[in-house]
Amino acid sequence: MSAPASKSMPSKLIKGQTGDWEVVIGLEVHAQVLSKSKLFSGASTEFGAEPNSQVSFVDAGMPGMLPVINEKCVEQAVRTGLGLKAKINLSSVFDRKNYFYPDLPQGYQISQYKNPIVGEGEVTIDLKDGESRLVGIERLHLEQDAGKSLHDQHPDNSYVDLNRSGIALMEIVTKPDMRSSEEAAAFLRKLRAIVRYLGTCDGNMDEGSMRADVNVSVRKPNGPLGTRCEIKNVNSMRFIAQAVEYEARRQIEIIEGGGSIRQETRLYDSRQGETRSMRSKEEAHDYRYFPDPDLLPLELDAAWVAEIEKSLPELPDEKKSRFMRLGLSAYDASVLVAERDLADYYEELAKGVDAKAAANWLNNEILGRLNRDGLSIAQAPVGAAANNAIVAMISDKTISGKIAKDLLDIVWSEGGDPRAIVEARGLRQVTDTGAIDAAIEAVIAANPEKVEEVKAKPKLAAWFVGQVMKQTGGKANPAAVNAALKLRLNLPDEG
Amino acid sequence: MNDPISMTLAEARDALKTRKLSSTELTAALVRSVEQSRSLNAFVTETPDRAMAMAAASDGRLAKGEGGALEGLPLAIKDLFCTKGVKTTAGSRILGNFVPPYESTVTQNLWSAGAVMLGKTNMDEFAMGSSNETSAAGPVFNPWRATNSNANLVPGGSSGGSAAAVAGDLCLAAIGTDTGGSIRQPAAVTGTVGIKPTYGRCSRFGIVAFASSLDQAGPMTKTVRDAAIMLGSMASVDPRDSTSVDVPVPDYEKLLEGGIRGLRIGIPKEYRIDGVPADIGGLWDKGAAWLKAQGAEIVEVSLPHTKYALPTYYIVAPAEASSNLARYDGVRFGHRTSASIHDITELYEKSRAEGFGAEVQRRILIGTYVLSAGYYDAYYARAQKLRTLIKRDFDKAFERCDVLLTPATPGPAFGVGEKTSDPVSMYLNDVFTVTVNLAGLPGLSVPAGLTESGLPLGLQLIGKAFDEGTVLRAGLAIEQAADFRHKPANWWRSA
Repeated sequence: MSAPASKSMPSKLIKGQTGDWEVVIGLEVHAQVLSKSKLFSGASTEFGAEPNSQVSFVDAGMPGMLPVINEKCVEQAVRTGLGLKAKINLSSVFDRKNYFYPDLPQGYQISQYKNPIVGEGEVTIDLKDGESRLVGIERLHLEQDAGKSLHDQHPDNSYVDLNRSGIALMEIVTKPDMRSSEEAAAFLRKLRAIVRYLGTCDGNMDEGSMRADVNVSVRKPNGPLGTRCEIKNVNSMRFIAQAVEYEARRQIEIIEGGGSIRQETRLYDSRQGETRSMRSKEEAHDYRYFPDPDLLPLELDAAWVAEIEKSLPELPDEKKSRFMRLGLSAYDASVLVAERDLADYYEELAKGVDAKAAANWLNNEILGRLNRDGLSIAQAPVGAAANNAIVAMISDKTISGKIAKDLLDIVWSEGGDPRAIVEARGLRQVTDTGAIDAAIEAVIAANPEKVEEVKAKPKLAAWFVGQVMKQTGGKANPAAVNAALKLRLNLPDEG
Repeated sequence: MNDPISMTLAEARDALKTRKLSSTELTAALVRSVEQSRSLNAFVTETPDRAMAMAAASDGRLAKGEGGALEGLPLAIKDLFCTKGVKTTAGSRILGNFVPPYESTVTQNLWSAGAVMLGKTNMDEFAMGSSNETSAAGPVFNPWRATNSNANLVPGGSSGGSAAAVAGDLCLAAIGTDTGGSIRQPAAVTGTVGIKPTYGRCSRFGIVAFASSLDQAGPMTKTVRDAAIMLGSMASVDPRDSTSVDVPVPDYEKLLEGGIRGLRIGIPKEYRIDGVPADIGGLWDKGAAWLKAQGAEIVEVSLPHTKYALPTYYIVAPAEASSNLARYDGVRFGHRTSASIHDITELYEKSRAEGFGAEVQRRILIGTYVLSAGYYDAYYARAQKLRTLIKRDFDKAFERCDVLLTPATPGPAFGVGEKTSDPVSMYLNDVFTVTVNLAGLPGLSVPAGLTESGLPLGLQLIGKAFDEGTVLRAGLAIEQAADFRHKPANWWRSA
């Protein structure tokens, strides 16, 4: 099990003129299924191709064309459902959602309405203070994406690119369980981590493979739920936080000003940093959902689902618990498991060495340098195995921590095997008492006045340590230097 | 030898095999027959060059003793089947000059079996109609006229062009589609044989969709044997149609043998309805007597929900059609308004208003209405429940019998223009046939006699799912007993 999570955390309240307000947030996330071909056709799903180059007759809504379900997409939805600890519905139904739009060639979107493939589940979100909290999943269903209208290609006409038309999306709907924009962002981060671990979605918000609609309402703490507004077009973590903050403030101001909230769909304008009304409930489309007669109900075999469950990788929460059992703090563990690449890197780095020391090395040295160079963990110029060797050399006292950092800089820029470099450049830590004693004698001889001072003020021993280290080119073992100095200068064993 | 155009499919097949006749001679005779019969308006597109080229290729294969089940046999194709490189209009202006870049599975199966394409036949627009009067290409005339009358009669619909082409010897056989009776009703009123197979027996891939859960392709022929031959080549499971069913296709011609001794024939008492002319009831009784005389057992059965079938059909079919026809929006193919437009909504409205005829518009409106929020439960959901009850009626009846015998239509061919102003009386044409589509069962219409005014009438045989073999064998028994050898007077042919 993961870290204890609770549903009764105190919420982050917003101060209004009439007292405190609580914001209530639910998310509808559209996650593009990782699959070579589309949900109901064999056309490719690769990003960035020439417009209309990845469109089958089915995707273009040609007369007489029929959808055929792509089993890979079904498997990915089931994997995701299992990763969300959700109920897998062995029988689900595809429905048609009817509306007219130029980038919707069939005149309907094939989606799942009353009977989705995945039912209720839950996600543990990790908050900044190391606390965790559960967010309920209402459902996950499969649906087709639409194409894209291009309005900037011609002065008078709009063009349509159908490459996206028919690509499989998972719509993941949460319960209204989040109470702040931080929690909403934390949910999205966690969901992204889970689907990336599972390999069911690349979570790439820039390319639109993960998009969120945000439902926001406000209420007095513990009061009944308020009327919600759905905010569309929120396509980055940062925008979600901004959109929620703006929308909550807007709603509070309306209610405190004696008004009431209209249920409506609003659009987030990232340039203005505000939400704007798109359409009210009265103007909402009547999608005339009905079961798609071209597709039979989707029946899954329980044994097949069990096979998929067996093949699931260790997910972030389980990994985090395991890392904590190795001695990492909740914070360190949750940072490391956020990306599977990072966690994998850490695991290799920590092989046979102290877990905490490995985590510190990764956090302080490697991530710092990656950040400086603008690289991702996958692009790290020094592999986990080389770093494992460096950390191992620190812990067996072959090299000092200081030398280790220099060594990392060398390998970072020049490459090479850390152990070989240590040998070739004579970076080994000096533990030979003879060499240390000689260095101590040299320092004493050059600074006789300091010997008297240190006897009166034993704290000054640190100055001698520094001088001896300098004399040995940093290779002396600091602990050995300390011990030898105490002996030579006859210093007390201070606490 | 007889004039080859009046041969049955089986006779021509045997003549080609024994090289008494070449496909080129046969095809040339039928191409000429099509040209001479343009006054019937049975074809919307003639493909004589393609026909002659296909015939020559067939003759090459036949000369080598090769060839498929339909080698060298010229057929007419309802214009609802997409044919690669040949204009396909579905009888609608909105498809305009649409030339599919793909071939329907059923027609591909025919060409793979060696068949020759004479052209595409006229039909009610989008297969909506029972008289072939809703076609954008104008009405088709029935080769049959009442004794001592020059009044033009309808050939039934929606596969009216195919029925007229078979009845008038414009082809050896034709294919049609049947959503509520569109093969069986025109077959009955043109003195031809038509079978709607079990739903899922023939692939719907490449057939312009009307009502997906009801549409099914089938043959229209001169004899029951010809229907058996055709069905064997048309039927197949198809990975491109999820609703096609993987049941092996038997040798239907072989299944004609063996007689009907011991076969239990069910007579559903609810099919005796008020207002149906006496000749229909008389013919029905006669049919039962013929089967009994050949050793069948007659049992009375009950299909209690029959009276709900037409209303159920006129909810389900328009609902699906309203969605299926959404893709005809003037954006990607087919008719687009040339009027000046200001926005996309106007493009839709004008293109669709100009492109769809009155009957299609009526059904789109009905379908949109019954699927709308607030009406769905009262109409569509209840219709689905009734559909289940109608299906259950048949299941129960088939516990007591092997095949059902009913009239095919409530009357003979009627006059052109006679029912166009009264949609409900037009819809009543399907009263005996729609139940079969709602239950997904096979139904065969076979000519059984003439009215007092000399017009053909048919009887319908309904079988269990995928038991077309028994249906055809019982149909053969009716055909033999009726000894229907009447031909329409040859009034329409030009020199």
